[in-house]
Amino acid sequence: MMRFLRRSYTALIFAFLYLPIFILIVFSFNDSKSRAAWGGFTLRWYEELFSNSAILDAVYNTLTIAVLSAVLATIIGTLAAFAMHKDMRQWEKKIVMNLTYLPILNPDIVTGISLMLLFIFVKMNLGLGSLLLAHTIFNVPYVILTVLPKLKQFDQSLYEAALDLGASPSYAFRKIVLPEILPGIVTGALFAFTLSIDDFVISFFTTGSGVNNLSILIYSMARRGIHPTINALSTLLFLVVLVLLLAVNRRVTGEKKQKHA
Amino acid sequence: MERRWLVYPYHIWMLLFTVVPLALIFYFAFTVKGTYAFTLENIQQAASPVYLKVLWHSVWLAAVSTFACFIIGYPMAMILATCRVKYRNMLVVITIIPMWMNFLLRTYAWMTLLEKKGLINTVLSFFNIAPLQLLYTDGAVLLGMVYNFLPFMILPIYSVLMKMDRSLLEAAGDLGADAWTSFRRVTFPLSLPGVYAGMLMVFMPAVTTFVISRLLGGGQYMLIGNVIEQQFLAIGDWNFGSALSVFMMILIIISMALLSRYNKNGNGGMLL
Repeated sequence: MMRFLRRSYTALIFAFLYLPIFILIVFSFNDSKSRAAWGGFTLRWYEELFSNSAILDAVYNTLTIAVLSAVLATIIGTLAAFAMHKDMRQWEKKIVMNLTYLPILNPDIVTGISLMLLFIFVKMNLGLGSLLLAHTIFNVPYVILTVLPKLKQFDQSLYEAALDLGASPSYAFRKIVLPEILPGIVTGALFAFTLSIDDFVISFFTTGSGVNNLSILIYSMARRGIHPTINALSTLLFLVVLVLLLAVNRRVTGEKKQKHA
Repeated sequence: MERRWLVYPYHIWMLLFTVVPLALIFYFAFTVKGTYAFTLENIQQAASPVYLKVLWHSVWLAAVSTFACFIIGYPMAMILATCRVKYRNMLVVITIIPMWMNFLLRTYAWMTLLEKKGLINTVLSFFNIAPLQLLYTDGAVLLGMVYNFLPFMILPIYSVLMKMDRSLLEAAGDLGADAWTSFRRVTFPLSLPGVYAGMLMVFMPAVTTFVISRLLGGGQYMLIGNVIEQQFLAIGDWNFGSALSVFMMILIIISMALLSRYNKNGNGGMLL
């Protein structure tokens, strides 16, 4: 009885989570603008999608900004994490940690408008540049918070031992320190990349007219009403996410198994 | 690695991109438009009954959706935490996947379901029920919030329950507690840090959203997030918009303080 209840509850929750997406996918192949009646199978919304230059531009912008901001944030965040780990007095550390956390805790809308005010205040042109800067800014704290724990775990005496054995500081850093903290850096970079891809609110406030990323474009399309090309877009994005997540999950469980073996 | 100067660039970075932008919000909130003159007018206007009502409505909707997420999410978190190991990983992944889908598309999905000629109304019409106004209502906005933020409630509770020492339950059983009593007296109190973390993670985005209310609530529908967005992007009154943002920040700080007071033992399970 209990088992039955548990199973049906799980099924119910999953249905709630997935049915809307599933229906979106089904209707992306519907040869009729209706959202309720089936008019036959078609791929024309996908053709429209791939011939729509606004959408393609937005995809391009999204990916470019995600890659660049992830790289920049990883470099800045890692350096900052080193600095915070080594060179700070106690009270200084407290203030710096809190200021690092602040953008994470702040609502996106507040971060968005505060950055918009800053950019306009210094008369920066709003567009791809401001978008990239904004994404880098909100990504940095996440990188710091993934790298810092790795630094804390790192045994300082290993680095000192390398120096005693004649390694130059940079050689010791590359051969001893970096490999130890690399997982943290990679996690941070991936984190930054996905946050950037998914962001809407901050981008919405810090972009200029005519420069869209995917989220902004979807918002302005959805505001005008429903269109099957959005369904086609959702389907493709959902598939990408699904494949990526399953791949990552497989890799992780694979690693776990290897470690146990 | 020992050089102190390494710190300063980050100090400057934070000053420029965290402190100054927030200071600008306060600056605009307390000055007359277009001048440097100090004023309390923006704050007073933001505290006027019209906007307090909007604020209250936003808090109310966010609170209801948080509670709904808790009621719906808690059993699911328990199921995940207690299911057989070989299924657990997969079930957790299935719970997470929708979160990775673009937030706007998830909201958009409900637009197509709820609209006048949408699927739900079409299904209803087979039963000879006249089309209902589903989209552009409080209910639609609530549904959108619950749908989007439910995983944020499930995951922190799940991760706390996973860390719980199972032998406590055996001990409770040995001491004569039935399943319900041991849930009420052992499991539930121990899971509270996760519950508070989940509540914060649902309440915060819900109370500040302007997307869900705009897409599912329609153009006329106003939450505090919509008012702020309009002031900045449509009306261009940064001073008043900033004053409203200050209100929103205070609201967030209060709710975080309230929830973290109950969450003294800290690490109440962030995402996984």
